[in-house]
Amino acid sequence: MQAEATARHSDLSEKDNRALISVFSAYTVTATLWLLFATGVGLLIAFKFGAPEFGGGAWLTFGRLRPIHTNATFYGFASIALVGLGYYVAARSCGTKLYSAALAWTGLVLFNVAALAGTVALDLGYIDGDLEYREWPWWIRLIFLAAVLVSAWNLIGTVARRSSADIYLSNWYIMGGTLWGAIIAIVGVMPWYQYGLGQVAVSGFYMHNAVGMWFTPLALGVIYYSLPKLLNRPIYSYALGVFAFWTNLLFYPIIGAHHFEFSPLPWWLQTIAIVFSVAMLVPVWGGSSNFLLTMRGRIRDLIHSYPLMFIFVGVMSYLIGSTQGTLEAFRSLQQVWHLTDFTVGHSHLTMYGIISFVIWGGIYGLLPLATGKKASQLGMALHFWMALVGCFIYVTSLSIGGTIQGLDWMHGLPFIQSVIDMQSYYVGRGVGGLLMFSSHIVFGWNVWRMCYGTGAVASPLQALRAEESVA
Amino acid sequence: MNKLLLIVGGSTLVYACLAWTMGVWPGIELSKLPAGPGVEPLTALQSEGREVYVANGCSYCHTQQVRPLDADKVFGRPSAPGDFKYQTPELLGSERTGPDLTNIGARQPSSVWQYIHLYNPRAVVPESIMPSFNWMFAVVAQAPAGVTPVSLPRNYAPAGGVVVPTHQAEALIAYLAALKQPALPASEAPSASGGAPSATGASSGAAPTTAKASAAAAPVASYDATKGAALYTANCSACHQASGEGLPGAFPSLKGDAVVNKDDATKHVDVVLNGLHDARVSGVVYSSVMPPFSGTLSDAEIADLIDYERSSWGNHGAPITAAQVGAERAKAK
Repeated sequence: MQAEATARHSDLSEKDNRALISVFSAYTVTATLWLLFATGVGLLIAFKFGAPEFGGGAWLTFGRLRPIHTNATFYGFASIALVGLGYYVAARSCGTKLYSAALAWTGLVLFNVAALAGTVALDLGYIDGDLEYREWPWWIRLIFLAAVLVSAWNLIGTVARRSSADIYLSNWYIMGGTLWGAIIAIVGVMPWYQYGLGQVAVSGFYMHNAVGMWFTPLALGVIYYSLPKLLNRPIYSYALGVFAFWTNLLFYPIIGAHHFEFSPLPWWLQTIAIVFSVAMLVPVWGGSSNFLLTMRGRIRDLIHSYPLMFIFVGVMSYLIGSTQGTLEAFRSLQQVWHLTDFTVGHSHLTMYGIISFVIWGGIYGLLPLATGKKASQLGMALHFWMALVGCFIYVTSLSIGGTIQGLDWMHGLPFIQSVIDMQSYYVGRGVGGLLMFSSHIVFGWNVWRMCYGTGAVASPLQALRAEESVA
Repeated sequence: MNKLLLIVGGSTLVYACLAWTMGVWPGIELSKLPAGPGVEPLTALQSEGREVYVANGCSYCHTQQVRPLDADKVFGRPSAPGDFKYQTPELLGSERTGPDLTNIGARQPSSVWQYIHLYNPRAVVPESIMPSFNWMFAVVAQAPAGVTPVSLPRNYAPAGGVVVPTHQAEALIAYLAALKQPALPASEAPSASGGAPSATGASSGAAPTTAKASAAAAPVASYDATKGAALYTANCSACHQASGEGLPGAFPSLKGDAVVNKDDATKHVDVVLNGLHDARVSGVVYSSVMPPFSGTLSDAEIADLIDYERSSWGNHGAPITAAQVGAERAKAK
């Protein structure tokens, strides 16, 4: 059944087909612009750790740019890119057209209005609290919620029009992710249970679920479609995929409080979070081994296809980053790493290593199939290697530095010693960040080629396979 | 259609239940927590300062949560649920690029220091990487009546005129001054049985070791220079500076100071234990407040610290022992 799902190219009319392609392209292009902006800001604030006077004044102060960097990455880049990919995957795997192209465009406008308004508001100092990933004033977060609801409605409507009885697994994740994302946004914005320590509990829930129940499901949905598509081989075990879906759904929402270990939050809440952080190994190892087994024996295809390489890195980051997350949740290790830069390393290993790499793999793999234009091999190579090496330097620096920071505190050294000890690791972060940002410029150029360029049809391997599949 | 309903509806229902159980419901219950004893709402000016703190993202580098861990003892007693009654939006934070500020009003009571530090942190802490908030200040030819200009060291001061804080800066500093942990009643204090917390610092071992050392009639004054230097960096150098010279007009010099070099250390011990305000040193009156350290440092630690000051920067005060500090502490009671 699933071999058909990923192979289905549909009997869409030329008009419907063009509508889908322009929606996919437009989402990708605006997401790319947000990526460039968000990581440009990220690079600027990385430099500020070495040169605190660099970029003075209220508008460029670190504390205002930091939430601008995270929110623009989350809600500008990743959200828009994943919903765009979600539309393409849903329509193609269901062999149908979009439920409504107009709704898709409305969603895109809402996403962009929210991200733009949120960025301006934060820079002017209008903020709803230093509450991680939900700093935007509440009415801007309602615009974002509207965008998510529109997307969920449109995606469900698209899947409802499918030509087969079954629903391919990708669509479970993509529809689920958007609906769960809407619930997360609602829980985060309602004010009545968010006073004092009550708000801390909600923060733990929100900051964790925004990552793991909004971005991760959409990214997994993209992998479940792209991987079989690019390899022209069904997923290793469909049943294992279904198992990972339900266990992820049951375990993940429970573990948010591990962000506030040793805080005055009830001890039982923290302990449950730790227990289920361990349980998360089940869906994580289940999901990643499923992907790796799908790739088994196809090393040659892998190294000749950058889309596959991007997805491979995404899968490895999923395995390593999520397992690291489980380890971090143990009280003994949290004692060293909590509140240090190790956490920043972890969040980049996951949001960058998993989410961004999967997004790029999906775009390089699927956008050329949609537009018929491909990025150059050199462009993809530059993007891949600079992003991978940059991310490696970034995460390694902060992981080592963060450990030293934590040990300094445990040994009772004067606090300023931990600031001094971080200096060389902050340089490492800046170097890694510079490489990552440079790779995004190349990505921008690649996206331009895939959308508006005059390039030939997608790479021979993919194009050939795509033809076979249609036949 | 049924299959779609099952997957989409089923998973969303499950998720909504979990979101209620792990997000909303704890939120509802914990929002009802009463204030702990001595926990007061902020004044209008302090709340305004809190808004400045939030708008400029101070909590991305400064936490406001003291964990029940040895590493956190320098920042105060462990935070209790009752401390957060009036803290909305919450400011617990997730990173400690800079120190925790839960108890900063008690740890650094000097607003003179806070203003200099806010204007340019490196004027008082050379290694700091905190941004300058000089845009919260104005340079004027002469300070208006009732406003004290910021006493900046010469190389950080503008070429002409004086620096005065704007209303924003005043509100922010008022907020920081209000960040003081009220003492927990003995029954609630976690592990308060040991009496005086032998908290801070430089001791490479765990805190209990130091406590034992001070209790068991001090093993004679073999002054630990490493510990003394680290204690000085952690507790004193923000004002008196690593050079011991202080900042002219703001913080008195310890180098060559009469109290530090006098062989009778009674006054020196008294100042460290109990703090000082409106001090007159070499004819200059300093308006900065020095905090007391009797609550945070043990006798042995204070002895190491004082011996470090008495033997550094060309000072020649007679060394003291932990027993002497203990005697002074007993006298103060």
